[in-house]
Amino acid sequence: MEDLSGFPLEIVGENSPMVSFKKVRKSYGSLVVLDDLDLDVAAGEMVSVIGPSGSGKTTVLRMLMTLEKINGGVIYVDGKPLTHMDKGGKLLLANDKHLRTRRSDIGMCFQHFNLFPHMTAIQNCMEGPVQVLGLSKAEARDRGEELLELVGMIDKKDQHPSRLSGGQQQRVAIARALAMRPKVMLFDEVTSALDPEVIGEVTNVIRKLVSEHNLTMLMVTHQMGFARDISDRVCFFYGGKIEEQGPPAELFGNPKRERTQQFLSAVKEAV
Amino acid sequence: MSFFEFMSLYWPRLMSGTGVTAAQFLLGAVLTVGLALVFGLMKMSSNRAIKGFAVVYIEIFRGTSLLVQLYWIFFVLPLFGITLEKFTAGWVAIGLNAGAYGAELVRGGIMSVPKGQWEAATAINMSAARRMRRIILPQALVNMLPAWGNLMVEILKGTALVSLISVTDLMFEAKQINASTYLSAQIFGTALVIYYILARFLLTPFMRWLEGFMARKLGRA
Repeated sequence: MEDLSGFPLEIVGENSPMVSFKKVRKSYGSLVVLDDLDLDVAAGEMVSVIGPSGSGKTTVLRMLMTLEKINGGVIYVDGKPLTHMDKGGKLLLANDKHLRTRRSDIGMCFQHFNLFPHMTAIQNCMEGPVQVLGLSKAEARDRGEELLELVGMIDKKDQHPSRLSGGQQQRVAIARALAMRPKVMLFDEVTSALDPEVIGEVTNVIRKLVSEHNLTMLMVTHQMGFARDISDRVCFFYGGKIEEQGPPAELFGNPKRERTQQFLSAVKEAV
Repeated sequence: MSFFEFMSLYWPRLMSGTGVTAAQFLLGAVLTVGLALVFGLMKMSSNRAIKGFAVVYIEIFRGTSLLVQLYWIFFVLPLFGITLEKFTAGWVAIGLNAGAYGAELVRGGIMSVPKGQWEAATAINMSAARRMRRIILPQALVNMLPAWGNLMVEILKGTALVSLISVTDLMFEAKQINASTYLSAQIFGTALVIYYILARFLLTPFMRWLEGFMARKLGRA
């Protein structure tokens, strides 16, 4: 078993990060997807993750949502270990119970929305609050309607997902995730499956969240312009590591690493 | 004896037999659904003992003949101290047999639900049990309903075998009437038509309606 004695049981301090990846490894067989990744995200920070496919960027979000098992290192959320639990001063791989207590800090939106098709928009938003948080139906409905209002979907609240366009489904999915009141929101290529003309309605919602809410956000995206506009920081992933990171103006305007330059010019050509 | 006379004479017995067939079918179908759900879920368990138990059940009841199973339950189990009344033995055998097929349908239905649904349920921090009950099973059910329609028809037709342990179902009545009248064509022809009507004009439309109903609940239709 991996020796985790070098990892802290807790990260304390005023400026301790909301999310912290410490030497995180993930591999599928011999394929290394994340290679001793270190990444800190401050509370309230908006970090965009860009990079070629297979660079491990989506895996970062999936690990944080605990959809993938960790193969090495530790992930901390809000100072406490997420992927591991403190058993008498030693970090052990988290069991289901631990994951369920820690996972509540994190919400996620997916590329293909993944709304529950047998529930209406409002039911999708109420499901977690009622079934997981134990809210009454009335409370959950109030919360859900407030959030559907926020994403501009209140007039479609009684529609099933099959009746909604991709952009509308994604906005409902954002409301569903927010209904759980997460501290960290993850956006995994949320506009990649959308028709070009509806991308704006989803990015506008995310813009609103950035400007009006103090959420910590991690976003994997292929939309360089959008990432440049709204991020506090952009991380360029290559080969399971952060090849280069910095404020968007710097990373996009004056990339220092050759691979970053190559990637950005390739992306530009494609547009 | 004209066919009309023949029918007016034996109609009440055929109808009482049809009633027993319907009861055998309904009880067997309910047991099938229950067993299918339990063993279908068990077969997907990561616990080896639980999964193994489900595999053994499914293999035994799918791999051997329903008639032999029926005889085992009615004639052999009493030797081990478990005596079932013939009516009960009939639908229990049917349910145990079809439940093994149904378990595979349940498993297939669950696996047909996209991975994204499991992940979305996990992302709102649902427990595994709640995720299965609230998110996965409702969708799996819709996906597997067409296959269940076939299985239900198989169960109905399979009930004819219970006549061999003297349950007084439609087939049993038909054989009795045949033995006393030798009007084989008339009586077995009538039985054939009754089974066909039950399967094609009652059961199949009901399953179609159920498919449509569930699809509407999913907002698909």
